[in-house]
Amino acid sequence: MMAEKRQIDARGSFCPGPLMELIAGMKAANVGDELEVLSSDKGSAADIPEWVKKVGHEMLSTSEENGIWHITVRKVK
Amino acid sequence: METDRISIILISEDREDLQMAGMIASVGAVSGNEVTVLVSMNALKFFLKGADDRAPAAGQMGEMLQRKKAPSFKTLFQQAAELGDAKIHPCSMAMDVLGVEWRDLETFMKEPLGLTKFLNDAKGGQVWSF
Repeated sequence: MMAEKRQIDARGSFCPGPLMELIAGMKAANVGDELEVLSSDKGSAADIPEWVKKVGHEMLSTSEENGIWHITVRKVK
Repeated sequence: METDRISIILISEDREDLQMAGMIASVGAVSGNEVTVLVSMNALKFFLKGADDRAPAAGQMGEMLQRKKAPSFKTLFQQAAELGDAKIHPCSMAMDVLGVEWRDLETFMKEPLGLTKFLNDAKGGQVWSF
């Protein structure tokens, strides 16, 4: 099965909303899929990589543009 | 993944307390920790089926949480249970005082729990109270 790329638009949501939306997306995703979270919450930009590290998924990138964070994660298990 | 036991006792009716407890429960649970919440005293009424979750703000931050549409504390507890398998129990004593049954509570609430079991289960882990 081909890995998919999906975007989760969590702009306007406060902590821990973006993380929760990512986790709900992770549950529905297949191993190998990439999920990109869009978040306007700066705290989540730091918190999501911490969660990814703890549970053992793969952080692909984090960047910020015009106050919006783009956090991309690969589901590995 | 390192797993901790996190036990939360929730008695407040202030929005700020309920929100912080919900944040710890949800983030703790989805990070692989075993989370147990005991809901008692003034907090329990918000967990009745269909109860209004606009808890009174204790201060400015509580008013801002409402105005800026932060996720409701009830949503956070529901996510803790559904996404992270947190166990959220009503306190059996508070249920007796309030005169409510388990079936009157939100469906994500587990069976009523007494203090003895809660305290035994909490042994050796983190304990938070709000």
